Amino acid sequence: MNASQRKKYWQENLKYLAILLLIWFIVSYGFGILLIDELNTIRLGGFKLGFWFAQQGSIYVFVVLIFVYVKLMNKLDKKYGVNE
Amino acid sequence: MSIQTWTFIIVGITFALYIGIAIWSRAGSTKEFYVAGGGVSPLANGLATAADWMSAASFLGMAGIIAFSGYDGSVYLMGWTGGYVLLALLLAPYLRKFGKFTVPDFIGDRYYSNVARTVAVIAALFVSFTYVAGQMRGVGVVFSRFLDVEVNTGVYIGMAVVIFYAFLGGMKGITYTQVAQYCVLIFAFMVPAIFISIMATGNPVPQLGMGSSGTDGVYLLDKLDGLMTDLGFSAYTDGTKSTTDIFFITAALMLGTAGLPHVIIRFFTVPKVKDARKSAGYALLFIAILYTTAPAIAVFARTNLMETVQDKPYTEIPDWFTKWEDTGLIAWTDKNEDGKIQYLPGSAIEGKKPMFSEARGTVGQRLILNSSATRNELYVDRDITVLANPEIAGLPNWIIALVAAGGLAAALSTAAGLLLVISTSISHDLIKKQFAPNISDKKELLIARVSSLFAVVVAGYFGINPPGFVASVVALAFGLAASSFFPAIVMGIFSKRMNREGAITGMIAGLAITSYYIARFKLGWIGNPETSTANDWWFGISPEGFGTVGMLVNFVFSMVISRFTAPPPTEVQEIVENIRIPSGAGDAVEH
Repeated sequence: MNASQRKKYWQENLKYLAILLLIWFIVSYGFGILLIDELNTIRLGGFKLGFWFAQQGSIYVFVVLIFVYVKLMNKLDKKYGVNE
Repeated sequence: MSIQTWTFIIVGITFALYIGIAIWSRAGSTKEFYVAGGGVSPLANGLATAADWMSAASFLGMAGIIAFSGYDGSVYLMGWTGGYVLLALLLAPYLRKFGKFTVPDFIGDRYYSNVARTVAVIAALFVSFTYVAGQMRGVGVVFSRFLDVEVNTGVYIGMAVVIFYAFLGGMKGITYTQVAQYCVLIFAFMVPAIFISIMATGNPVPQLGMGSSGTDGVYLLDKLDGLMTDLGFSAYTDGTKSTTDIFFITAALMLGTAGLPHVIIRFFTVPKVKDARKSAGYALLFIAILYTTAPAIAVFARTNLMETVQDKPYTEIPDWFTKWEDTGLIAWTDKNEDGKIQYLPGSAIEGKKPMFSEARGTVGQRLILNSSATRNELYVDRDITVLANPEIAGLPNWIIALVAAGGLAAALSTAAGLLLVISTSISHDLIKKQFAPNISDKKELLIARVSSLFAVVVAGYFGINPPGFVASVVALAFGLAASSFFPAIVMGIFSKRMNREGAITGMIAGLAITSYYIARFKLGWIGNPETSTANDWWFGISPEGFGTVGMLVNFVFSMVISRFTAPPPTEVQEIVENIRIPSGAGDAVEH
């Protein structure tokens, strides 16, 4: 892999990170903390939505985020021929 | 069969299993001792990481903390899981590619400096010792409660078991034992939770049961909010902490989690970079099973407690209440002398623990000496939530014994992981890297084993003579990890320009300000106590959340200083280029 390809690979990696970490931030700090009062007016069965994000929802999203990241990176590695 | 007989049988079987695994997987080289030979599958590593991470505090304590703090308890749920996203995306794959044995190895090499390495070793030792003391104590407490031995005897038994597999197997033995321990602890946690969820709501999935309605058709959470606000508590789903504080505590726990050495080194054990990413996913999945069940247990337990005891005459109270009263973890003081239990806001006692007199009261309750002025009559130690839950729900004895085995598995697996970090820091980072670079592999292995022995003895000593501030120093451990390791490692990977001067100044500045804040506002060691109350917190941030500020300080200092000093040498910049590309990770190597 030459220098410009390395750079491109790294840029794409950073783009994925930015998007995934934005979602990470929104579901926990956004929905579970900063916007909780607004979301608590909405109900999800027996849960107030903000409370659900703080004690359940954010954790499920975290798990999904890591597996999405694994998938994206495996594809990216293959594209640039740096997979093993 | 009695609870005790069941406990002997189940704990005996699990211990035999752990020791059997240790003998089967003993380590023959430093590489096997430090990183299990680098051949652990991502799934096994995920299981081991989950067991490593979930301590006696997660297993026994967390549901109780949430039960008694409601929404405020969310900081632990989000904080101790969200950190794995940071770990998976920002640290694990790159550190695996770097391919050394320890966190100080990375800091020392990336910042081409033995000073940086030494700062990292000291921080790693401090964080790990803080943690391990609590684990050994946890082992002692579980033993004393279920096997009816002294707490200290319990600590000795725990030490003997840990020595056996940490000494023999190093990382290899620990990894495969942790896989078994995860299975034991998650089974022990889920079985009672499922039973109780069925009893409370008819739904066998606790995560869903928590949001379901009981036999009366009212949603459980609404009922609990109602029960609590009627009595003057704040609503369960609202909590009492300020939004700023919740934000900063959550962030400090996440950043601290991602910076804890005993978690990071687990990712050195898998064969490839891609395995490191995947095993972080598995680890969080396995952790999430317990972490999403804990808040459900908390809701069931709190509702159960309030409905069972509120305004009930002491003479009609169920057996479990008086049993826990005998152990001193529940206390009732009949302030208005009506013979009934009133559970209201405020502490029922002065100080932290009830002090019992020998005498019994008019209805047979144990009298306490340090009754407080509030109207609340009930003291409940929140640590009993998980242990008492099966009894409260009237589950069979074998399940109660299973919970004991699960608590032991959680405490032992975490203790073993921490002891490995301590012994590695001593044998590898200090002796091999600083004092005797030319020792042979065999000799280093011997030193590693002796250091693990030493670490167990020190941990056992702290377990038997716990320093009074153990609970508080956990905040310190996370704060220090967040303010030192996390920024130093992240910048080491993501900024090629970051240099020795910047990183060292940043780490020291972050560590210093965090230590100062915690020493002043949490431990009361420095500063005028009059001006060190909760009202004097900077920006309303509690000491538990200050690690976040420490991390920001670290980042700012590192950025500024590195701009005014020479860039890192070319070969270091090449290291950074290299760890960004996943292929060719090879084995974790010596040098």
